[in-house]
Formats: sequence, C-alpha cells, structure tokens
Amino acid sequence: MDKYSKLFSLIALFFLASLARAELTIEITSGVDNPTTIAVSPINLAEGILPEDISAIVSADLQRSGLFNPVPRQNMLSFPRNQQEIYYRDWKILGAEYLVFGGGTKAANGSIQVNFGLSDVNGEKIVLNQVVNGTASNVRDIAHYISDKIYEAITGVRGAFSTRLAYVTSFPGRDGRMVYRLLVSDADGARERLMLESSEPLMSPGWSPDGKELVYVSFETGRPAIFRQRLADASRQQLTNFKGLNGAPAWSPDGRKLALVLSKDGNPEIYLYDLASRQFTRMTNHFSIDTEPNWTPDGRALIFTSDRGGSPQIYKMDLASKSMERLTFRGNYNARPRLAPDGRTLVMVHRDSGFHIASMDLETKDFRILSSTQLDESPTVAPNGAMLLYATKRGGKGLLAAVSIDAGVKFFLPVREGDVREPAWSPFL
Amino acid sequence: MSFQSVKTGFFIAVLSIFMAACSSTSTDDAAGASGGAGSGVSAGGAGDGGAYGNDLGAGGVATVFYFDFDKATLKDEARAALNIHAERLRANPRAVRLEGHGDERGTREYNIALGERRAYAVKEYLVLQGVNGDQLEVISYGEERPAALGSDESSWGLNRRVEMQAQ
Repeated sequence: MDKYSKLFSLIALFFLASLARAELTIEITSGVDNPTTIAVSPINLAEGILPEDISAIVSADLQRSGLFNPVPRQNMLSFPRNQQEIYYRDWKILGAEYLVFGGGTKAANGSIQVNFGLSDVNGEKIVLNQVVNGTASNVRDIAHYISDKIYEAITGVRGAFSTRLAYVTSFPGRDGRMVYRLLVSDADGARERLMLESSEPLMSPGWSPDGKELVYVSFETGRPAIFRQRLADASRQQLTNFKGLNGAPAWSPDGRKLALVLSKDGNPEIYLYDLASRQFTRMTNHFSIDTEPNWTPDGRALIFTSDRGGSPQIYKMDLASKSMERLTFRGNYNARPRLAPDGRTLVMVHRDSGFHIASMDLETKDFRILSSTQLDESPTVAPNGAMLLYATKRGGKGLLAAVSIDAGVKFFLPVREGDVREPAWSPFL
Repeated sequence: MSFQSVKTGFFIAVLSIFMAACSSTSTDDAAGASGGAGSGVSAGGAGDGGAYGNDLGAGGVATVFYFDFDKATLKDEARAALNIHAERLRANPRAVRLEGHGDERGTREYNIALGERRAYAVKEYLVLQGVNGDQLEVISYGEERPAALGSDESSWGLNRRVEMQAQ
C-alpha cells in the first residue's frame, strides 16, 4: 500500500499532467455476431495533415457501437477523397460493405471545411454526401459528427457519438485521504475535463436536459449537499443544506425541477425542488427508504427505489395523482431505475447470483440480465437508447463498462488512475 | 445565493484551503481504516474534557458497530458496548457523531440511506438508554468511505458499520 500511496502522491502533485494520461481507453469484449464491415478512408486537408486523425476517431466510434468491423488502414488500396476517386473493386476485395471517404480544406482564417461521403460498396452507390465546418481546435467534434451521420444512415438510429459522459473518480491522495473528482469527457472518453476535486465524497452526477449543467452531491461542507454547476465556466451553486441526506438529484425533462431525496424529517423521502421558486414539495410519505428518483421521459411520473415492501424494489408514482405502482417483482433487490428514451425499457441494478444490470420491458414484462461482470451499478442509458454504461469492478478496481440494450455488445472503458464510477450519459447536445 | 462565477482552478484552491481547515477537526479516516472491532477512534478535535477525555473507546469499549447486509438491526455485542457508552454519556454529556456506512454491494444512494438508518438505530438505542438525543448527530457516508478495500465477505462485513466519534 505504501508504494501505491507514494505513486498516487506523485500523480496528485502533477495532476494536470496525469489528467492528460487518464483518458479512458476502450476495450471491446464482445460484439454482434455479424458486424458490418466498413472502411473509413483517411480524411486529410488539401493543406496538410489535421491535428487529429478524423478517420481513426470515426472508425473507433463505429467499432465501439459493436455493430461495425472497421477495415484496418494498412489494408486499404486507395484513399479516395471524393466520389470520382472511388474504385469499388478496391473495396469489394477487402470485403467492405460500406466506405467512408472525404477530404477537407483550410481557409486563411483557420476554419476547416470537411466534405465526407458514405457509399454502399456492393450497390456501388453514394448513400450520403455532406459538408461539415469547424476549426482546427474542434476536429474531434467534426469526427464525432461524421460518425453520427454514418451511424444514422446505416442503422436508422440517431448516433450518440457527439455526447458526453460525467463520472466520479477516487484515489488515495498524498496524505492518505481519498481524493474525489468529478469529470466530464466525450462519449469516447477523450478530452477529459476536471469539474471539481474534493477530499470529501462526490456522488450522483446528473445532467440538465440542455446538457449545459451538472447536478451532484458533494460532502465538502462535512455533510451531503446538492450542487449545480455549469460546464461552460465551472461556476456552481449549492442548492440544499438540510440535516440528513441530501441526495440523488435528477433534473426534470423540462429543466424546471429536480427530484431529490431529503431525510430532514428522519427518513429518506422524495421531494420535488422547483429551481425558479426554490420551493420543495414532498412526494413520498413512508417510513421505509424511498430514494433514487428519476423521471419518465414525458415528465409526468417518477420511478424510484423503495424498500416499503420489505426489500428494495422499483416503484412508479404519477405526479398529478400521486398514485403508486410497484414495477418489479423478480428477486429481492432491484434498485436505481433509469428509463430508456422510449419510456418503456426500464434498466436497474438487480441482485441474482451477484449484482448485475437488468432491463425490463414495462409492457411485455420481459426481464433480461444485461451484464455479466461483478458488482455492477449505476446504469445510464445513451440518449439514442442503443447502449448503456454502468460502473463495475474488475481486479479490485472500479471501472466503467458498456452493454448494448439487447446485451449483444459489451466493452470496458478502463481508466488508468484510481476508481471510476457513477457514469452519467449526457442528453443529445 | 446567486451563481458565483468561480473558475474551477480557483475553486480547487479555495476548497483545498477549506479542507485543510477542516481536517484538523476531522476524525474519520485512519482509525476507521484499521477496521477492527476493538479499535478505538481517536479524536483530533480540541480536547473538551469529559471523564474519558476524547477517547470514546477508553477501556476497550467498541466504538464501531457492525451490521448484516441490507439490515440496520443492532447486534448483541453492539448493545453491550452501547450500554457502557450510554452510561458514560449520561454522566458526562458531550457531542458525538454517529457515522453510518455500508458495503459496496448494491446502489450508492440506497446504501447511503441504509447507512443513515444504521446510524439512527444506534442513536435511538442510546436515547432509549437515557442519552440526550441532541448530543448525537447522525451522518451517513454510504459506501463512499470504506474501512476495508477488498471485495470479499470479510471486507464487506467491516464496512457495514456505524462509527461513533467524539465531536
């Protein structure tokens, strides 16, 4: 342990440098049986090489979806910049079903214009041909935009590569006390940004529906309190300061309210907090634990965890009528519910042989265990509903893992430093 | 409470000063991390006297009480130790902080609620023994401050606990 604390002290000392190294990297453990083979030809500027490799980022995005198998660049026979430069035989030989091609130009003022296209190799036809504008400092944004368009053109589902993740990390600091960090990164783990560092726990990050703010729990005052923080300038505001729990904040889909948990009266209850009027409205009234509220996509109901039936299970409360419905009955532990954007697929932490992520179709009641890792928690669904991220443990270390909503695709997002946990996937930005 | 335009870097600086200021009265980590049932929790706060000084565990009385998974029921050995604490606290009233904790299994917000329920179980027992409830502050850390870092039954057992600390 001593060696480790020394190591972490060094890292803490040079934390800026370490942040650059701490970017998440992707490790795919299982994909669909028959992924679509796609070739993403290098996309460069007429004026020279870009600061980031667009086609490498696009390839990685598509591969991470689990639905695609990118052709290695070294196997490519040509690098077409436009439709005229495509020789379909070159791509048929490689077994590519789709080809992404493109090129760009840089204007005198530094702005970049990239034209990109997608062609169906077997049909020998152009599926997509588009121009995207940006600057040298946001090449990654350009790349994720291209990934989104290609993913949507082929699958019919909106791409979520241009979204972000918020998460919490912890590691032992120089003095042996834990250091907690709230971080935001791109959906692929790149461009990690420190939002907050504290020697007291940070918990339960969530996004505002416009993706411009975070809400979370910080113990920096010696007790749990709920804060909101803007991404743009990192400015922040403390929202609650009650005795007892101040936890599990969840922003309403219309952006006006938070659902949260307070135990100021001696027992955890769910409240609504109106951000404009600063009024709290108590929604539950039961001696059991009521916690982990989240909104249905239409904003009309809350889903939450309660052990009022003797074990933690998921309940739904209609906000207008306050009528209550128990949603889960399988097993003795179902908690921390989240709904996919379809409002129908419930994901949760479920205890069977261990703690796993499970999904349930609220209409057919079809129940599936999605994860096959250990000590899984904190599921968060991508805004396009195709995939979810969750926190798990491997080799004594907390890391993030992803699984597609049909459980066919699985991968890890390991982090090199400390434990990483409590992922929160942003809305579409 | 208007939005403060504090840049992250500046905030970190302020926070670290704040934390440094706090850490002189903080009593949580070191003793909790050793985890043994008999280990006393030494207080770092300014000495405020009392018959057994700052050492709530004087005479080898347990100051950490353990619980079963998803339970907040006091065990017999906890009750025995709490009877001694109650006697001492009645004789020499003082502020005590009851910190509830859980193991890493299950969800974080549910575990923090469970940690609070455990700390209240200790508080309610002490109050039943005649201790003034106003002296007893309850706070839950859930699974955020484990006493043992392993992912096994023995670590989990050490982590499902309430720590009694002098304030």
